[in-house]
Order: sequence, then structure tokens, then C-alpha cells
Amino acid sequence: MYRYDEFDHAFVAGRVEQFRDQVARRRSGELTEDAFKPLRLMNGVYLQLHAYMLRIAIPYGTLSSRQMRMLAHIGRKYDRGYGHFTTRQNIQFNWPKLSEIPDALAELAGVEMHALQTSGNCIRNVTADHFAGAAADEAADPRPYAEILRQWSSVHPEFSFLPRKFKIAVTGAERDRAAIQVHDIGLHLKKNDRGEIGFSVYVGGGQGRTPMVAKKIRDFLPEADLLSYTTAIMRVYNLHGRRDNKYKARIKILVHETGAEELARQVEAEFAELRNGELTLPAQDIAAIAAYFAPPSLPPRAEGWASLAQWKKADAEFARWVGQNVQPHKHPDYGMVTISLKAIGGIPGDATSEQMEAVADIAEEYAFDEIRVSHEQNLILPHVALADLEPVYRGLLAAGLATANAGLITDIIACPGLDYCALANARSIPVAQEISTRFGAAARQTEIGELKIKISGCINACGHHHVGHIGLLGVEKKGEELYQITLGGSGDENTSIGEIIGRGFAPEKVTDAVEVIVDTYLGLRLSASETFLAAYRRVGPQPFKQALYGNAAEAA
Amino acid sequence: MADKVLTANRLCDGVSVWLDAAGNWNECLQAAFVARHKEAVEALEATGRQAFADNKVVDVNVVDVEEVEGVLQPLRMRERIRAQGPTITYAAGYAGLTVTDRPAA
Repeated sequence: MYRYDEFDHAFVAGRVEQFRDQVARRRSGELTEDAFKPLRLMNGVYLQLHAYMLRIAIPYGTLSSRQMRMLAHIGRKYDRGYGHFTTRQNIQFNWPKLSEIPDALAELAGVEMHALQTSGNCIRNVTADHFAGAAADEAADPRPYAEILRQWSSVHPEFSFLPRKFKIAVTGAERDRAAIQVHDIGLHLKKNDRGEIGFSVYVGGGQGRTPMVAKKIRDFLPEADLLSYTTAIMRVYNLHGRRDNKYKARIKILVHETGAEELARQVEAEFAELRNGELTLPAQDIAAIAAYFAPPSLPPRAEGWASLAQWKKADAEFARWVGQNVQPHKHPDYGMVTISLKAIGGIPGDATSEQMEAVADIAEEYAFDEIRVSHEQNLILPHVALADLEPVYRGLLAAGLATANAGLITDIIACPGLDYCALANARSIPVAQEISTRFGAAARQTEIGELKIKISGCINACGHHHVGHIGLLGVEKKGEELYQITLGGSGDENTSIGEIIGRGFAPEKVTDAVEVIVDTYLGLRLSASETFLAAYRRVGPQPFKQALYGNAAEAA
Repeated sequence: MADKVLTANRLCDGVSVWLDAAGNWNECLQAAFVARHKEAVEALEATGRQAFADNKVVDVNVVDVEEVEGVLQPLRMRERIRAQGPTITYAAGYAGLTVTDRPAA
């Protein structure tokens, strides 16, 4: 993985000391709150309902064991012993004291981590496929390009005060596991007919109050032109993006109002000016960054096949975990392990410091010291020999991290919601907990199959409800929580925005409503292999409306 | 007019606090001074502005409350959660992580 060079170390350390000084000046009154707020946000510090919140960047979701242990330490020393992994592959701590945050940032800098650009109207943490570098279906590892974008975008003077925040995601596979079509820029890394590396470029996706699926404006951009072309997009956005209305300031609105064709023309015109200039990426520079991400040397471990068969035969729970949480690796003797942070009835994305340390230990012993955070709020061990799956499982089981539900109905994405978030209108976590508990039986989850529930506590959609197969949006109506249900959303290579199915449900009714939807699906699917999403796309909303609202369905 | 209390977050640690009758910022809603008429609310607002200007607290707001059997209860859920902490029942593995180091609302 990427290691800081001297510049990186000096830059991050310098920013920590800057922030320490800013905090001191704020506390002494030398800085007003109005002056300080944008400064703290640039350092990942929010003020939530109960306390400050510190959001730490995990670039493209990649962590070493050492870094994970530091996160555990931060949780224990500066917080309340746990952290929350987010849908942007970051981690948030909910209870730090402002006065102690500079010390926490200094400790993070010691393991090459920071909280820069995790807030503010700048280019945020660049996210990537959590199976990058390990997936069998990958054309190339997207992380070197994400790292190049990270370096280029860090305190970029031209793009530090954009009309609004800006999110970039990169995938290197046809199967999109990074939800690139709901990002401001989505990059699909691929090879052309000549075997050259390049990108399909998508622009203007996003969720929030105006969900939009990104438009493809370039089918193949040579890798050398990545920064030139991205700069061209940013310049068009910076120039024409709306600054008069916060709710219309994202690039998706510009794409919508300008039209994708015209916007692409403007980007191409800007690109023509920039192309072959100083932003062109030399092949040796790409190779130098890519070298940091070279896959570990994976020795043949063919003995794992026989061992795995025996272990599965002896332990049905282990077999179920392998079937659900282990994906094929590009090396046949290895697998990619999803560590579910979705214990039945648990809090999606939360992990205790002890659990983080357990993952760090397991990764160090069995997984080449590599951990990923997925945008689905789980952790990943990307390289585990089949021969080591059993001890890995035992270790995870002991830490309460062996829930066999990756991709199933209890693998729920949920934002912090009104239990923590100052922007939320309704709670998300208790809703997720109740749904998880209702559907937690293993046989029932298996019968239902792949089904992604995503819950947001407000229209900002941090819980990605718009792209949930079943999406739940919490709103406040007459002082009470109400949950609006959307169906048919998807955040993969066939991205779609869910459709509102009808009037909302009170908190005590929403799990029943989800159960009605699930039972309706089970009743109408053509076979057990027809997923919820496929069935919904075949039949549309009407059977679900009928089941939920009966004769009032027409009016719903 | 609904009864009102003055709330904010302490600058140094962000913790939710309420203004009590002695003019101190208290971590417990039940200690809050309750304003029941216009002049008292105006006094709360003035105190809040001053405390903000003095860099003691941020995000200062007057919020509606009601007293039910001697217990102060904010009318809005958001404020109830601010006063009582997260409503989450922690699952296995999270025992002991509930909000234990703040006074009960």
C-alpha cells in the first residue's frame, strides 16, 4: 500500500500543528465561531447532537493492521471505545473533545492518516472497489489512480472552494462495487481493444434531495490523461456550478441543467487546452505509484481445497459463513473475506476498539496485513488463503464478527441518523436493528437471497436509500418520525434510483411494511434464483403497492 | 406559549448543556431554568448571545419543553435525544458502550 514520502509527512504534520493553533485561538476567543467553523470542517471536525464528531479519511478504503490498531487506540483514548465505518469508506468517532482532537490527529499522522478534506466544499476522500487488487473480474487495480487523484486533489488551490462538495469513485471491474454512477465523477477503469488502460468517465451522479444517475461523457480516456481530463471537468464545474443555492450547487444539477452533451462539449474544449501539458501522467509515475499497490506474493496453498471441504462438512455454521462472506479471489487458492459489521440486531458499521484490534491481528497473521473498508459499511480481508479460512473464522467468531450475512437482508446500510447527527430528521439505527432482528434467522435470510436495505435519517441520503433495493428515508412529519419507502434502487453497474412506493410508515409499522414487501416478493418470484431486484424490475411497483395499501393502492 | 429552556453545546468538548437557574451550563436538562413568559425567554436569549460571544458555548438555541410529572421533556424528538443520549439498544458486543458517563436527563 501507499507509504508517505517526506513531503506527505511534512504536509500532514504541518496541518496538525496548524489546527492545534486554530483550536487554541478559538478557545481563547481570538477566532470567532464563524471564522473557526470552516477551519474545523476542513480538518474533519463536525459538531453533532451530543458532541463533536471526527471523520477520518481512509483513502480508497485501504488500511494496514498498524493503522487499524491506531483507530482502535483513538476510539479508546479519545472516544468511547467504538467507531462507525461510513458509506464513504471513512470512520467517524462520535465523542471526541475539541481540545483533544489535535492530539488525536498527531497520533493519526504517526501512522500516515489524517482527517483532511473529509468535509467542506472540496474533493473528498476518493473511494474505490473494496475488492481492488484481488477480484477475479478486475481489468486493473483502481487504487493507484485513486491515490494519484488523492495527491492531486489534496489542498488543490483551485479546487478547495468549489460550489459544493465533490466525490470521486473508481472501479476496475465491470461489476461495479464502488457505486460510481452515484458519484460526482465515476471512473470505470478498463482496457481497450489494444489492451491499453483507460477510463470510462461518468459525471453528475449523486443522491441527496435530487438523486441522479451519472451520465457517461467519455467512453475511453487514456490513463495518461486522467488528471488533465478531471481538471477539465472541475474547471467547467467551478466556473458554471451554482453558488446561489446550496441545494442546486452539486455538479449533478449543472449536468441536468446544461445537458450531458453540452457539458461534455465544454469539458472536451477545456481538455483540448490542457491535454499534453504538465498534467499528463508519465508512464513511469503511474508505474511508481502502482508499485505501492503491487499484490502480495501469494504462494500456492492448494492444500486449502481439501481442508476447506472437511471443515465445511464438520461445521454447518462455518460452511454458511464461507458460502456467504467469502468471494473467489483471482488466485484460486485464496478468497476475499467480508467481515460483516452487521451483527443481528447490531449497529450497522460500528466496531469496538477490541473488534478493530481483533481484525488487525487476524489481518496481520492471515491476510498479508491488508484490510479494506467497504462502502457497504463492512470490513474486507482481500487476500486469505482457503487453507487459513477456518482459523480466520474462529478469530472473527470470538470477536463477534462472524455474522454470515454479506449481501443478505440483514446486511443493512444505515447512517447515524437522529441518534447522533445534527442534520437528521429521524432515527436510522434503531430501524435497522429492528429489521435485522426480525429477519435474523439464517434460514429465512437464505430463502430471501440478495436484498439490500439502505436507510437514511434525512434527505441528504448518507445511508444511500435511493439505491437500496428497499430504501427507507426517515422524515419528520408533525413532530413524529415517518419512514418513506422506495423500491427498486440499485448502486451497481445497472444503477437505478428507487421509486417511492406510497405514503410513509410510523416507526412501529415500518418493519411490518418491509416484511409485507419481502413476503410479496417471495410470493411472486419466478424461482429462488430471481432476486428481489430482478423481480421488482419485472413486475414493477403495483403488486407491492397492493400488498401494502390494499384498495387504497391507487391513491397511494 | 410553550415553556422554554436554553441549550447549547460547550465549546471545549461539544457536550450538550442547558442553562440552569444559577446561570451555569449544566449537562442535565432537569437542572435547566424554565422560562414561562416572554420576558424570561428574552432573558434566556440574551444570556445565550452573551455566552456565545464569550466563547463558552456554540449552537445556542431556545427549545420548547413540557413538564410531565415533574420531569422536563423537550417537545421535539431531536431535543429529547440531545438530552437523553442515543436511543440505541446496543447489541451483543456493545455492552458497556451505552452513554454511562453523563447524568440522566
